Amino acid sequence: MADRHEMWKSLGMNIEQHDVLCSVLPGAVGDVFMSQKNRPKGMDFWDMVVADVHGIRPAELIEEQKKGRKVFGTFCVYVPDEVIIACNGIVTGLCGGSQFWVPDGEAVLPKNTCPLIKASVGARLGKTCPFFRIADMYVGETTCDGKKKAYEILGEDVPMYVMDVPQMKRPEDIERWSHEIAMFAKKVEEFTGVKLTVENLKKSIHIVNEKRKALGRVYNARKNKTLPISGRDSLLMMQISFFDDPERCATMCNKLADELDQRVKDGVSVVDAGTKRILVTGTPLAIPNWKLHNIIETTGAAVVCEEMCTGTRYFENLVDENISSLEDGFKALANRYMKTNCACFTPNTGRIDDIKRMVKEYNVDGVIDCNLKFCCLYDTEKFSVGRALKEAGIPVLQIETDYTDTDAEQLRTRIGAFVEMLNK
Amino acid sequence: MNKYFIGIDIGSTSAKTVVLDENKNIIERILLPTGWSSKETSEIILRKLNDLNFNVGNSTIVATGYGRVSVFFANKAVTEITCHGKGADYLFGGEAADLLVIDIGGQDTKIIQIKDGNVVDFLMNDKCSAGTGRFLEVMSNALNLKMDELCDMAAKGSDTHISSLCTVFAESEVISLIGRGEKRENIAFAIVDSIIKKVCQQAQKLYRPGMKVCLTGGLSEFKYISDSLGKELKTNVEAKEDGRYAGAIGAALMAM
Ligand code: SF4
Ligand code: SF4
Repeated sequence: MADRHEMWKSLGMNIEQHDVLCSVLPGAVGDVFMSQKNRPKGMDFWDMVVADVHGIRPAELIEEQKKGRKVFGTFCVYVPDEVIIACNGIVTGLCGGSQFWVPDGEAVLPKNTCPLIKASVGARLGKTCPFFRIADMYVGETTCDGKKKAYEILGEDVPMYVMDVPQMKRPEDIERWSHEIAMFAKKVEEFTGVKLTVENLKKSIHIVNEKRKALGRVYNARKNKTLPISGRDSLLMMQISFFDDPERCATMCNKLADELDQRVKDGVSVVDAGTKRILVTGTPLAIPNWKLHNIIETTGAAVVCEEMCTGTRYFENLVDENISSLEDGFKALANRYMKTNCACFTPNTGRIDDIKRMVKEYNVDGVIDCNLKFCCLYDTEKFSVGRALKEAGIPVLQIETDYTDTDAEQLRTRIGAFVEMLNK
Repeated sequence: MNKYFIGIDIGSTSAKTVVLDENKNIIERILLPTGWSSKETSEIILRKLNDLNFNVGNSTIVATGYGRVSVFFANKAVTEITCHGKGADYLFGGEAADLLVIDIGGQDTKIIQIKDGNVVDFLMNDKCSAGTGRFLEVMSNALNLKMDELCDMAAKGSDTHISSLCTVFAESEVISLIGRGEKRENIAFAIVDSIIKKVCQQAQKLYRPGMKVCLTGGLSEFKYISDSLGKELKTNVEAKEDGRYAGAIGAALMAM
């Protein structure tokens, strides 16, 4: 693996601190991923990316910047990648998923902020993540209160554009979101110097749709009784798809899906027959947050689906490619994005419908509903989610956790008891 | 040769061991403080079992409780939820198809719903010590009372309340009540009342009329506790002498 220190230095990173992170990551990857048996060959690609996660893609992004392209960092699946890609920009996800960044975030944020926000702010201010250094512009959104306020703080350090996401889904809200996308497009045009046209928008919609379809194919393979891939491996693929070039992402996911389809035909499963199948739902699992999946899958169960933004919400529903004007395009985008069911909206009963549907589609035995500590929205929604699932006769375990390991044993007990209950 | 089934429940404050014979009769109970090392406690248990002629050769052993992984000689480990459920069903199940188990442990409180002998739902409070045995321990220390004395005294008190949700703040509230000259009976009442309310809030989430409710764990020997829980839940809460062994009994049953 190439030595990336010169690159990190040129990005103005805090090298000493960052070396600490680099020294713990390989161990974590080894424990969580390499210890698994019978992994699909196609995972080699993601193993390679994660082994050099702060090198391989950042180096590519810097090369593209040299050619004049702009990099946009995003924090939410509501931000329409299509607009950025159409204007020759590059999108990279920026959500922080490690406790490592939390203390730097807590230096400026209240302690009772969700760890995802603390880690994201900490990664920028602590100068310990290359993606946070590389992004030319951050794109925020008015989803939860914690993020809104955090964007104000980040905005003092880096160019920041905030999209106004509606909180309801009435026709006029969808209309408003389409306007908001049009306004965002102006900003992107300005920043990239590339005019948005029906042609380039059509093309970018197609690119992102193909990526969604490819991710969806991998998920489709997980619906089979013969489980061809672990939850941990699928999660890694999903997390990295937020950083990768969308066309390469689609190619790699399609290749993996081909292999998984073949495995299903050949009856190759990564778990023993009868292993209980878990759907996880709740707040996003940003890289390198593998804690929940790791505990579930080392407690004798398998994760077969994530009803999360790092999961089905990222790829379900396609954008209509049949557009004849920009206006059309913005509407098509708004229609697709407003189908994503996030707890920031009220009401959000669509999420419950999604979970119930996926329980059937993915042959799920039990649901684990988990939110990050201090995420008031998903925590509150647990009440209606739990009630609806119980009414439908679907076993559910509701938990809360953060990025530390302090509760790992308690989680192991609860999840273990839940799996024992399903196995009875 | 006789065959034995041993359950070992290493909790945060005490370690319970139960030996069952082939007919599910309890033929031995061992109670030890957990101490600071559950590994060492396991070694002591192993020696005691060997002295009593129970060994790996003639027994199957299942470990449970938060120290379950340190019982190196166990055949397998099962979580305390499943074991408490099975144990409570053994002690209280009988005719009742629907059983709600309340277990107030040293560092967590579990509410377990059992249907036809199997766990069907559970809740676990392990985020903070309020609403656990630890809370009572800290508070009785502040009053310089033993648990049974605290219960006796609480039975005579009334009308005083602690509002803090956190053990640390609640302790200072208790200290200021003492400073204000509040009757010790009333303070004792407030302490027990506070934990009862917290536990019942949890239990209410799973309780449905018609369920048989029982209390297991170390506090089940105190009638005042089960009576107060019953008053709050408006139902009868049963407790038995072997209640504190519920986890170990369940583990022994899992060994069968
Ligand atoms: S959970 Fe909501 S706010 Fe967070 S990324 Fe998903 S859609 Fe955006
Ligand atoms: S997990 Fe909740 S609190 Fe955290 S960023 Fe997402 S919506 Fe906001």
